Parts: sequence; structure tokens; C-alpha cells
Amino acid sequence: MKIMVCVSKTPDTTAKISFNAANTEFNSAGVAYIMNPYDEWYALVRAVDLAKQFPGSTVTVVHVGRADSDQIIRKGLALEANDAVRIDADPHTALFTAKQLAEHARSKNYDLIFTGKETIDHNGSDVGAMLAEFLDLPFVSYASKMTVAGTTATIERDIEGGVEVVEVKLPFVVSAAKGMAEQRIPNMMGIMKAKNKPLAVVPPVAFTDKAKVTRFELPKAKSGVRMVSADEMDELVRLLHSEAKVI
Amino acid sequence: MSEVTNHSVLKGGAFIIQDSVAAETFIPEQLTEEQLMVKQTVQDFVRNEIDPIRNDLEKQKGNHNVALLEKLGELGLMGTHIPEEYGGSGMDTNTNTLICDALGPGGGFTVSFAVQTGIGMLPILYYGNEAQKQQYLPALVAGTLKACYCLTEPGSGSDALAAKTRADLTADGKHYVLNGQKMWISSAAFADIYIVFAKIGGTKFTGFIVPRGADGLTLGAEEDKLGIKSSPTRQVFFENVHVPVENVLGEIGKGHLIAFNVLNIGRFKLGALCLGGSKVVADSAVKHAVERQQFKQPIANFGAIQFKLAEMAIRNFAAESSQYRVSQLIQDRIAVLRAKGKSYADATLDAAEEYAIECSILKVAGSEALDYVVDENVQVHGGLGYSEEYGAARAYRDSRINRIYEGTNEINRLLTVDMLLKKAMKGQLDIVTPAWAVQKELTSMPSMTRPTGLYGEEKAAMKDFKKIILMVAGGAVKMQMDGKINLEKEQEILMNVADMMIESFNMESTLLRVEKLRLMEKEVSQEVYEAILKVVFADGTARMHKFATDAISSFAEGDLLKTFLMGVKRFTKYPAVNVKNMRRQIAGAMIERKAYCF
Repeated sequence: MKIMVCVSKTPDTTAKISFNAANTEFNSAGVAYIMNPYDEWYALVRAVDLAKQFPGSTVTVVHVGRADSDQIIRKGLALEANDAVRIDADPHTALFTAKQLAEHARSKNYDLIFTGKETIDHNGSDVGAMLAEFLDLPFVSYASKMTVAGTTATIERDIEGGVEVVEVKLPFVVSAAKGMAEQRIPNMMGIMKAKNKPLAVVPPVAFTDKAKVTRFELPKAKSGVRMVSADEMDELVRLLHSEAKVI
Repeated sequence: MSEVTNHSVLKGGAFIIQDSVAAETFIPEQLTEEQLMVKQTVQDFVRNEIDPIRNDLEKQKGNHNVALLEKLGELGLMGTHIPEEYGGSGMDTNTNTLICDALGPGGGFTVSFAVQTGIGMLPILYYGNEAQKQQYLPALVAGTLKACYCLTEPGSGSDALAAKTRADLTADGKHYVLNGQKMWISSAAFADIYIVFAKIGGTKFTGFIVPRGADGLTLGAEEDKLGIKSSPTRQVFFENVHVPVENVLGEIGKGHLIAFNVLNIGRFKLGALCLGGSKVVADSAVKHAVERQQFKQPIANFGAIQFKLAEMAIRNFAAESSQYRVSQLIQDRIAVLRAKGKSYADATLDAAEEYAIECSILKVAGSEALDYVVDENVQVHGGLGYSEEYGAARAYRDSRINRIYEGTNEINRLLTVDMLLKKAMKGQLDIVTPAWAVQKELTSMPSMTRPTGLYGEEKAAMKDFKKIILMVAGGAVKMQMDGKINLEKEQEILMNVADMMIESFNMESTLLRVEKLRLMEKEVSQEVYEAILKVVFADGTARMHKFATDAISSFAEGDLLKTFLMGVKRFTKYPAVNVKNMRRQIAGAMIERKAYCF
């Protein structure tokens, strides 16, 4: 089986989020980056396990980004992906990124393409669907379990209030959610092998983006918590009624 | 991944007579992409495997230490310092330093790690015969076999060679019979093999590998300790324990070589473990200071708190600079010895011995920096720091052992001076010529011009500090040779000299790192690093002044004392700096990022 795993780079979960004065750009100074956890913990790890299940399979990590992403890509290789491709462009928007990934995938005949269900910075959940559309492939989102038998995959996906089970024929695009796999820490052997695995850098295809980011905004800071003594129920009711206006 | 930096190699102890060059010094900011990935792996291990069970670990609920060691083994993290033929990956010294550094926040579990990978494994790697290496090392690396190290006894701690445990050959010559008692044995509770030191016939101090379950080997009750509660500690009793002769480790009567040489590496690693723990504790202090509101503002706004945060950073930074500097020196030395045909094990052992002085310095400096940081972290946390609900109290308790084991800090201070003087006497290090030059300089006119150039003040101060050490140590040795004092009985003076050596080494390492950082791209501005540098030198100068004055006043009098005191004054001319503003700047960098950021 030929598997492609799309990975993106996101600020570390503890990074301080701020923007430039005009609120048009993210302040990346001093921010540590990690591989998007949904791409790493669920998509990549599941892909690697599937590859082990079907001997002769390969897992290719594909990323749209600049050279400063190489450390993250190497981590993917340390987690036992076979090779990697970096499309040398800034991933401006989901559409741009999906287009680049699609053009890479078009001639490669992948049997299975993984993305994470979303990135933890923009939380767009867009790339997987767009990529599938560009490639005219089926797309299954929010997959929390997946098994493959022959050329058919059975996938559980989380839906409101329950789980939906779908069957889909290879090839297709799937976005991985929690439950697909467990986070894995790269071992020393993986890290040592990673440096000798191929990481190809390819130029992007020309593409006129249809969207651009005009402005960022931080969510409003939550107001403080006010403690009301258990003896003052009347006061609590009054506050909920006249200040919070929820009752 | 080993890279040799080709430069005029600084030999062990030579820092007190020789200058170093920033461009040739290794600093942690130079770690490679691959090494950073190793670091990330260890940090993930701490976050995913240790953090969620800290309370259980502390109460020794479950068999977590064993499970954690096995997980580390699966990740390959226990064999990075073991050659491939014995199941390891033979990574370079810097990577191994980094692993200890990153695992440092693991609390008491790091003791189990250090026992397994250090005193549990290294005696076999360094002194075991081929069969023993093949039999034990791969399983120790994999974590399927656990080891512990039995040296200390109720009556012999620092004076390890006074051990009473004895071994006697049976009449058929097939076994040694061990009798005695060992104390404070970390991991004894779950170890599969015990590295035991006993005196054959009551005289020949020798190492043995004793399997768990040997008849007559019993364990005492779990010790109730001040800290590192998550690391099980027991007494081990030997009552007519029969050990096959092939389990003798190393040469008969040469157990002291195992016991002491393994400690050099142990001290080096302990320095790195302390450092890693200390950085994470400092990080928690910063985060708490930013969050905690008093008087309608975060306590991080207050100068008294900023002082503490800055001081944590300064001490960590200095210790870290020294740690990685020595790491590279050892790594280079190993590479040179390997090129000459030495085995990985012999090269590592020799390199650690060469830098034994520096290893002792790192152990003392690292454990004392950590002790400061955990103490002030409790203070920054206030009442919450005193509660068991937060990590501050546990870190405070866990820290304390580091000044005691792997040779107490007092023993390490004494060794620092002792090894230096021995190197001088053996002709390995010429400290006499420069010491004479200092004596001569004392009677000449001092220069009145201030130094210029890049970090000119610091570089000049560094040269002066080395002169003070030579003046004080040289003066004391002269008194000894004249029969006026017996240095063996003047430990206070030796402590002063050791403190000056430690202080100088840290200052120089900080200077070299800050100078090298100047040309590197980095997140925190160079100004902040320079603030660290200046406070390190300002405080260091004051301490050098005091240590030197204390020492010479203790052995000299009259005109000699006067001359020496003038020397102290002359060699401690580093100008006063606005330490308040510098510390605010250092603390400010961390407060802005809500994190320890150096």
C-alpha cells in the first residue's frame, strides 16, 4: 500500500499567541513549532501501523513549508515514515496548501491519503476536503477508527451524539481524529535512521489563491470568576438574573 | 554524530592556567537537529509517562519505576552511551549530556535511571570481561534486567574503602562467600543484579556481580527518606552468599578503580540531571509569579521576586555553560583516544578521568544551583509552595540528596584541589611557572589602565581570577613545604581554593558562551545575555575576594599577609555594575515569555 500523510507545522501548545500591530500577521518570534498533533499522533502513527500490517507498504510524509520545517519532517521520519517531500512554499491558506498537496499526489497513485482532522492553530478542517476534491477522491472526515481489508476500509467517525460507520474503497482521503492511534514517542533507532532517509524538496506549482487573511483577532479575555458564598443564595439569583442575565 | 572540534585542547584542570577561546567552546545552542529530536523524545517521555503519575511515584504505589525503566529501554534511551555490540547506540557525549539534562525534571525517578545507566551498567562496561558484557549489557540497555550498586555501608560512606563486607574463597575454589551489610542502596528493591564491593580475605577490595535471589541475600525495609521518595532505597544484607568466581568484576583487589572511576562519569551526569531539573523548576517559578496576583498585580511585577527569578536564571545559565563546555571536552578526548585505537569503554573512562576535576566542579555547581532554585521556588510560591499539592515542595525535598551522594560536595571540593595538586606534582600540569609569575607581578607596579575590546573587562577579570587561585594555592603549598601548615588538616583553606576554582570555571564558561552567542541568531536579545554575564562577574568577583581573603588570612601573617591582601585587591578589579537593573532585564525576558527562556 502506498500511503501519503500530510503534516503541517503549528505553534507549540504552550506558545504565546500574539499578532503584529496591524493584526495582519502572527508574531512568530520566539515561538517553538511542533508537528500538528492530529497529523502526528493520529494520522502518521496509524499510517505507519497500517504499513506494517501490509508488508511492502510505504509511508510518505508530505509538507508544504520552508526549510525551517525540516526538523518536524525529520520527526515524521523518526516515527518510521519511509521518505518525505517538502513543497517549498509558505502555506498561506488551506486552499493553497491543498492545491500543492494535490499536485504532488496526482501522479503518485497513493492508495490512501491521511490528514489530521484539523490543525491546532487555524482549526480550519479544510485541507482534507479540498485535497480530496482536487483529486476527485472520496473523503472521510473525523475518523476515529479505521481498518483496511483488501481494497475496502471500514471507518468509524465521530458524529453528533454517536458514531457513524462507513465503508469506502481505496483510494481515498481521510482526516484522523483522536482514537485512530495513540501518541508515540520516536525511539533512538528511529531518530538515528531518520537522518539517512530521503527528504525531497520540490518547488510549488503556480496557483492564484482565492482567499487571503486580512486580519487576526484574539478571543476576548474571559472575565474573572466571582465566588458567592453558599449562604447567599439570594445574591446568587440576583447576580444571575440582573448581571449575567441568564435566568 | 560525533564531531571533533579541532583546537588547542584544554587539558583537565588546565583552565586555571590557560585561556579558552569562545569560537572553540561548545555551547548548548549548537545542538544539532538530531540531538534536538532526542531531547524532544525525552521531554515527551517526562510529560507523557512521568508527569501523570507523579503522586503515585512519590508514594511508591505500583511498580512504576520498573515500568518506566522498561519504557526507557524500549525507546533506546538507556543505551545511548553503550557501544552497539552490547545493544546500545554509542551516541556522542553531548547527546548523552542532553538526555540527562532533559530527563532532569523526572524527580526521584531520575535516581533509578542514573543507577541503571550509570553505576549499574558502567562497572560492567568498563571492567567486566567479554562474557559478562555479553551476558548483562544488552539486557540492562533494554531494561529487561535491572541493576543496583552496593558500595556504602553503615560504617563507610565517604570513606568507601573502609568497607567491612568480606568475601572468602571456598575450599573448592569455585565460590566466594560474601558476608556483610550495605546501606542506602537505590533500586535494591527491584534489581536483578547487585554490583557489590567486598574485601577478599578482609583486605583485597573487589567488585562482584551478585544475582537477585542468591541464598543469604536479603533486603531491609524501605527507608523513610527526606526526599527522592519515589526512588526505593533499601539495605542489603549478605549472609554466607555464595557467588561463583566467574562473577568477580574486574581484577581482584582493584575494586577501588571501579568504585572511583565510575564516579567521575556519575558526577558529570549528575550535574546534567540537576541542571535539567533546575531549569524546569525555574520555569514553574516564572509561571507562578506571572499568574499569582497580590496587591492587585502579578507578583512578577515586584523587584524582590524579579531578583529571585533572575538569580535562578543566572545560576542555571552558568552551570549549563560549564556542563556543555566539559561535555565537548570529554567528547573530543574520547574521539582522540578512539582514533588511537582505544575501545569505546576505555576511551570514555580515560576521558572522564582526564576531566575528573571538571566533573567534580559540575557536580558541586549543579547541585548547589538546583538547591538555590528549588528553595527560592518554594518562596515564590509562598504558602502554595509549602503545600504538597504543588510540585514545589517535592522538588525542594528531592534536590537535597544531590549535595550528598556521588561524593558529598565537601569530598568533591577536597578532590578538586587534591587532583589539581597531584597533576602539578606529576608534571602533568605546570602551575609552578605561572604561580611564580604571579608572585613576581605582586611586587611590580599595577597597571592603571582599564581593559578594552570585546568583553575586555570580563576577559581581564578572568586572567586575574586565575592569578588569585595561583597566588592562594601557591602560597598555601609554600607554607606546607616550609612545614608551617599541614594542608590535610586545613580543610577550610582547601574549601576556599575549591570554591575559587568552581567560581572561576563557571564565570569563564559563561563568558565563553555569551561571547559565542553574540554571532548567533536567537530569540532572547544579546543584551539580556550580557546582563547575565555582568551579574555573574560582579557577584563572582565579590565571592572570589572573600574566598581568597579567608584563605590567606588563615595561613599567612605579617608582611606576607599584607602582600597577599594587596594581591587580592589588585586581582578583583571588575567594576561595579547596576545589578538591580540587570536582574530586572533578565527577569523581564522570562516574565514577557512566561517561561524560563535561556
